[in-house]
Amino acid sequence: MLTVEEKADIDREVAESYTRHAACIPALRAVQRHRGWISRETLESVAAYLGMTPAELENIATFYSLIFRHPVGRTVIAVCDSLVCWSLGSESLLQYLEHKLGLRAGETTADKAFTLLRIACLGDCDHAPCLMVNDVQVRNVNEAVLDRILAGEFSPERP
Amino acid sequence: MEPVLTKNMHPGRGPLNLREYEQAGGYAALRKAIEIGPEATLQLVLDADLRGRGGAGYPAGKKWAALPPYEQSPTPRLIFVNADEMEPGTYKDRFLMEGDPHQLIEGTILAAFACRAALGWIFVRAEYVDPLRILDTALAEAGAAGYLGQNILGSGWDFELHLHSSAGRYMCGEALALLNAMEGSRAIPRSKPPYAANVGAWGLPSIVNNVETFCCVPHIVRNGPEWFKGLGVAKDAGPKIYGISGRVVRPGSYELPIGTTLRELLEVAGGMLPGYEFRAALPGGASSMFMDARELDVPMDFESLKAINVYFGTGSVTVVDDHTCLVGMTHNLQQFFARESCGWCTPCREGLPWLVEILSRFERGIAVREDISLLEELTYQIHDRTFCTLALGAVVSIESGLAKFREEYERHIELGACPYQAGAAR
Repeated sequence: MLTVEEKADIDREVAESYTRHAACIPALRAVQRHRGWISRETLESVAAYLGMTPAELENIATFYSLIFRHPVGRTVIAVCDSLVCWSLGSESLLQYLEHKLGLRAGETTADKAFTLLRIACLGDCDHAPCLMVNDVQVRNVNEAVLDRILAGEFSPERP
Repeated sequence: MEPVLTKNMHPGRGPLNLREYEQAGGYAALRKAIEIGPEATLQLVLDADLRGRGGAGYPAGKKWAALPPYEQSPTPRLIFVNADEMEPGTYKDRFLMEGDPHQLIEGTILAAFACRAALGWIFVRAEYVDPLRILDTALAEAGAAGYLGQNILGSGWDFELHLHSSAGRYMCGEALALLNAMEGSRAIPRSKPPYAANVGAWGLPSIVNNVETFCCVPHIVRNGPEWFKGLGVAKDAGPKIYGISGRVVRPGSYELPIGTTLRELLEVAGGMLPGYEFRAALPGGASSMFMDARELDVPMDFESLKAINVYFGTGSVTVVDDHTCLVGMTHNLQQFFARESCGWCTPCREGLPWLVEILSRFERGIAVREDISLLEELTYQIHDRTFCTLALGAVVSIESGLAKFREEYERHIELGACPYQAGAAR
């Protein structure tokens, strides 16, 4: 079941779209902002609300990388691993985070505090290496900056 | 060159609001266009030789002129701003959206007017949180001032412009895949023809252009095509937002005449950082060929680079210095392309992971001589055999790397290790 607030958020996306179906990608992201991720039940509710079959919507949900089909941590750290960030040390930053969090990129800590992801070029290459902490872009990253991120600076937590 | 696209940008302050943009001459081009009509507006863009700034360089006016006759085709006509900037090494569209959002909005309205479009979307990648916020504010201002909506400036013409943010995937930046994503489907390419101008989103005539392309339009309409053509210093027309990244003194975005050479751009960026030397560069993002030091004086525009078999791409240069492994960088590029492949075409879906695997053998020091010919054979099999250009963009870095830096591949085999990781860099 979608909440009144979630339905209102989807309605806003539908108003910006040419067809109801066309709103499905932003609609999934809108609901994800409330729930953190898209469970099977959530997917079915959104599909019903948009007049799609669950299979149609699953086709979308599994294609787009920022729609999470598994629970993620309250803080999602997405490290750019493309071209310029790579050449300026993103792999060692990823290793540092993997070591500190005791996981591999793509995984979530047992306490659901952090998820670590690799992400494609974030378009901030003149401030490489860079990453995103939830919705906040962080530039010129080094290990000291990573320590501050792990200490909870930079971003309000997700649901 | 006097700044054109960046003239309203001032370091240390945010973008101009609507009133400030108007005071700087903003929306005067729209008034002029409404006075001269859509056909004359389109003619100005055609005459200016404005080539699309998204990478392929197709002339924008020609694309718009390819729309079918208005009375004999379905309506509404649609216009899409491709702001799904995800080409590794590229950040010019972010720079333009954050720096002067009304310039993009005015350019989009002008294009829509020339194309007689009624509806448009700015398709911004979801990670661009700041550009989305800035554009949202600017669109509301433009709507309240009557530059968007019904009967714009008393012209009798209606145009709505919306903001759309997607959910990741590099493929959304491919024009026809972008239309699929807009329709709420997977971002996979379409076969061409039909082109979007005839059959675009929801079967309607559609135009897709890059942010920087639209940003040029108000200046063309205001100052004329001859002025615009006069800005280029080599074969193409206009200003260009060049980017430069890597180990240079001042990486960043620089507005320069199109046709500026790599040597000049390096000078503008203060040269290489102390202790580093220039070895190579990708001139236009991940999907372009490596240039070497012998090509430093070639003008960087679509035509001049094509003459040396290099794609200009986005004009966002990534410099390879003498401490960075070119094979390792190519391996990283292939990882990006393999991950972002939408899986629609077999050579891309199946071929790119094999390129990653072979290149990783070089990096791990277990490559053999035959791996070089295997790379050559596989890139030949992938080159130009897919619906879109993702896979083509992927293999050109290997092809050009093997042509210009073959000894670096061979050195990995001879040493049985990556010479850069092993501390044996030349």
